[in-house]
Amino acid sequence: MDLLGWWSDYTLRTVALGTATIGATAGVLGSFAVLRRQSLLGDTISHAALPGIALAFLLTGTKALPVLIAGAAVAGWLGARAAGGLTSVTRLKSDAALGVVLSVFFGFGLMLLTFIQRRPDATQAGLDTFLFGQAAALLQRDVVAMAAVGAAAVSLVALFWKEIKVQTFDPGFAASIGLPVARLDLLVTTLLVAAIVIGLESVGVVLMSALVVAPAAAARQWTDHLSGMVVLAAAFGAVSGASGALISASARHLPTGPVVVLCASLIVVVSLLAAPARGVVIRRARDRRARRRFGTRAVLSDLYALARQHDDPEHAHAAAVLEAMSGGRSGVRGDLEELERRGMARRAGDDGWFITDAGRARAERELEETS
Amino acid sequence: MRPAIQIEDLTVAYGDTPVLWDVDLEVPSGVLAAVVGPNGAGKTTLMKAILRLVEPAAGRVLVEGKPYAEQRRLVGYVPQRGSIDWDFPTTVLDVVTMGRYGELGLFRRPGRRERDLAMEALAEVGMADLADRHISRLSGGQQQRVFLARAIVQDARVYLMDEPFQGVDATTERAIVRLLRDFRRAGKTVIVVHHDLQTVEEYFDWVTLLNVRVVAAGPVQEVFDEENLRATYGGRIAFAAPGGPPGDA
Amino acid sequence: MTAAQLEIQAIAVCAAVACAVPGSFLVLRRMSLMSDAIAHSMLLGIVLAFYVVRSLQSPLLVVAAALTGVATVALVEAVAKTQLVREDAAIGLVFPLLFSVAVVLIARLPSGVHLDADVVLLGELAFAPYERWIAFGWDLGPKALWVTGTILVLNVAFVTAFFKELEVTTFDPGLAAALGMSPVVFHYGLMGVVSVSAVGAFDAVGAVLVIALLIVPPSAAYLLTDRLQSMILVAAATGALSAIAGFWLAHWLDASIAGSMASAAGILFLLALLFAPDRGLVAAARRRARRRWEFAHTMLAIHLFHHEGTPQAARESSMRHLGESLRWNDDFRERAVAGAAERGLVTRHDGRLTLTDAGRDLARRAVVR
Repeated sequence: MDLLGWWSDYTLRTVALGTATIGATAGVLGSFAVLRRQSLLGDTISHAALPGIALAFLLTGTKALPVLIAGAAVAGWLGARAAGGLTSVTRLKSDAALGVVLSVFFGFGLMLLTFIQRRPDATQAGLDTFLFGQAAALLQRDVVAMAAVGAAAVSLVALFWKEIKVQTFDPGFAASIGLPVARLDLLVTTLLVAAIVIGLESVGVVLMSALVVAPAAAARQWTDHLSGMVVLAAAFGAVSGASGALISASARHLPTGPVVVLCASLIVVVSLLAAPARGVVIRRARDRRARRRFGTRAVLSDLYALARQHDDPEHAHAAAVLEAMSGGRSGVRGDLEELERRGMARRAGDDGWFITDAGRARAERELEETS
Repeated sequence: MRPAIQIEDLTVAYGDTPVLWDVDLEVPSGVLAAVVGPNGAGKTTLMKAILRLVEPAAGRVLVEGKPYAEQRRLVGYVPQRGSIDWDFPTTVLDVVTMGRYGELGLFRRPGRRERDLAMEALAEVGMADLADRHISRLSGGQQQRVFLARAIVQDARVYLMDEPFQGVDATTERAIVRLLRDFRRAGKTVIVVHHDLQTVEEYFDWVTLLNVRVVAAGPVQEVFDEENLRATYGGRIAFAAPGGPPGDA
Repeated sequence: MTAAQLEIQAIAVCAAVACAVPGSFLVLRRMSLMSDAIAHSMLLGIVLAFYVVRSLQSPLLVVAAALTGVATVALVEAVAKTQLVREDAAIGLVFPLLFSVAVVLIARLPSGVHLDADVVLLGELAFAPYERWIAFGWDLGPKALWVTGTILVLNVAFVTAFFKELEVTTFDPGLAAALGMSPVVFHYGLMGVVSVSAVGAFDAVGAVLVIALLIVPPSAAYLLTDRLQSMILVAAATGALSAIAGFWLAHWLDASIAGSMASAAGILFLLALLFAPDRGLVAAARRRARRRWEFAHTMLAIHLFHHEGTPQAARESSMRHLGESLRWNDDFRERAVAGAAERGLVTRHDGRLTLTDAGRDLARRAVVR
């Protein structure tokens, strides 16, 4: 596929811009959802939106995107509030509340969809695409509307940036300085619903939640600042959305949702493994280096102690002795070899080791530092 | 001078279970006051009720003679350390700057002045060189000092602190005590929920012994004695003869 | 009722009860959303097995799906252990990935072999009676019934045999470890059971509705009862009821049986929420109303007692001051005082109140802990 050829194709351009918008908005709001430990609220909202879509169609008879999205928004919002209400009013914990809302609303939605399917006006075929998403169906005016909603959501986040930040980080303190914490919470939930429903046609109900979680989780690995995280999440979301849509548009029988999720997941995996400071691979290498440094210091000081007990400075000590002094830790031989490489120890005979002058000097310096 | 805090007939219940019953309390200005009592005695609830974080079933709270709602700017709160997500992407300086958000109001961004105030506060608690550090890489004592710096920056007149000494090292404990005394010298009032009975007499001027009801309140010398302590912690409170417990005005 | 209808209901009931039993433990262990993860990612196991055996009937599919379920749990925990994301985010990252791979693989199947995405979500319970198990010329009934029935029996056996261990590892993992039970073993054992149940139910009701069967009836039961044994039984009964009601709802509306079952479960949950004897919203509202008055009387008694004999007694016991300090409006104050007087707690005289001995007793008792 010609890398930039899609830009000149009207349809592909529309599709890419639309899904990029979706991804970016989801990334921004998703950052806050993830930080509030509400990652799965996104899943609940998007599944709960389904009956809203079906009812909107049943009540108005039209499949116009704004109408269906409105229905989705109402249902998703109600689902989110219901889950919260269940948690605060009953003994049900939040995970069960989310599970109940998610499965019941979604089941109800599926029931409505099949009910619609059996009706004589079988022009409902379009509703199926809401399950796994079909970005190819995007029209330019839809994209404009989505961009408007996305821009509004992001602007509100920017406007209330510091209030949302402190309310997410320390709600008790936020309340004590007079912030309306309940209303801020409601605002963020509502914006999250908005971010999710604009993506339902393209990415689908089942998988939209991944776009809320993955870019934000990936972004967190690269920066320690909230602003950086949100911007990066938006970027990751946009890239996942656009590439997913373009790839799925170029193949047949490939719904958009799963491809977008695969792109986003790729970004997450790379971030988790390779991000500087936090990435798993980086961390393991750093741990190894630290252990090596620690190990060689210990062995050097043991060699030094042994040397001081002997008149002959070149008296060789068996590696086994050094190992015993290190409490049976493995890797002592490696440490000895490392010391030899650095000129601080020397091998004698088969298995004997002794400390050099350079090593002695170093050991004495280190002793000074730690006392 | 108006007392810093006046509480009248305060009753707070969670559902149908009373946590604070008919509490009358007065804390004079410019003292370091401790609130002590067993677990579940309602100490944190008392704090939350003063801050209107929970809605009382009855009673009222006055801060320097006026209702709390009008005096919010005068009150600073240092909550318990436990509930924060330390992996949140923010730095030490950032957290301290949050203390100015109440002053800034809606829509205004923190600027140079806020940063400078935050740095000053950090210097006061000895954390200025850690300003750019991410909060997850702090020790328990350092975390507590960050929250104290946030409190300093609020420039309040009355401070409420919930177990600030819990789980901190000796250096931090000394720093906190020093800060409290600085506050007192500046005429501020500090009310501290305190868990360590050993240090009450050394650190505080005023003490309230609380166990759902106020058992005793007043200057440490007068009130912090064995009889009152037993009444507070003994598990059962028997009411004294009518006339009520000493200390409520 | 036709034989086919009876069979469908039997299958649905077996699936529902088979899920309700381990689902109760999921809810209690706060692992409800792990069922979300398992139900979605199970599809990958099924698809991979399908690639190998090219048949939808093979038991290999069941095995593969169950293994994928357990693998999902392990993967989520591995991701969470890196400390780079929280556990809820870990779930939200793992299952969409596995599910997406599955959907893409399905879409890429050579045409002629068709695994419909709708089936994935909805199951094909309506067609279940037509796949029968024929052995030695005997028609032993629908296969799905045998599958779900067997899983049901195995689940009940598992929970019965290990009831103590499951109970302790759920409520007190520390104690469990001290008693020599391995919480980890039972954790993965339970997840294995959940996965197998999910697979069995998947055939009947499709992916997402498995979640409904695992979580909703036990949640309803959680609102209705306090004891673990009753909770499991009530969950099973609720599940069975949802299955039957769902079937007839689908029949009436000519809609998906699976969706209707989930909706029916939801309605039963709502009923439990509203009308549960002690905890239901209706009961709680009534109790709150009654307690409000009792609470008011006690507050009044304590307030009067507290100020008795002090210099402020006169002021504190006046009706007007009471209204202010106890934050009661005039109407409430009148009714509270009247109620307290009726109970013999106070006497009224000249706009001032005096405590009776009974009132003093109440005040004393209220504060002793």
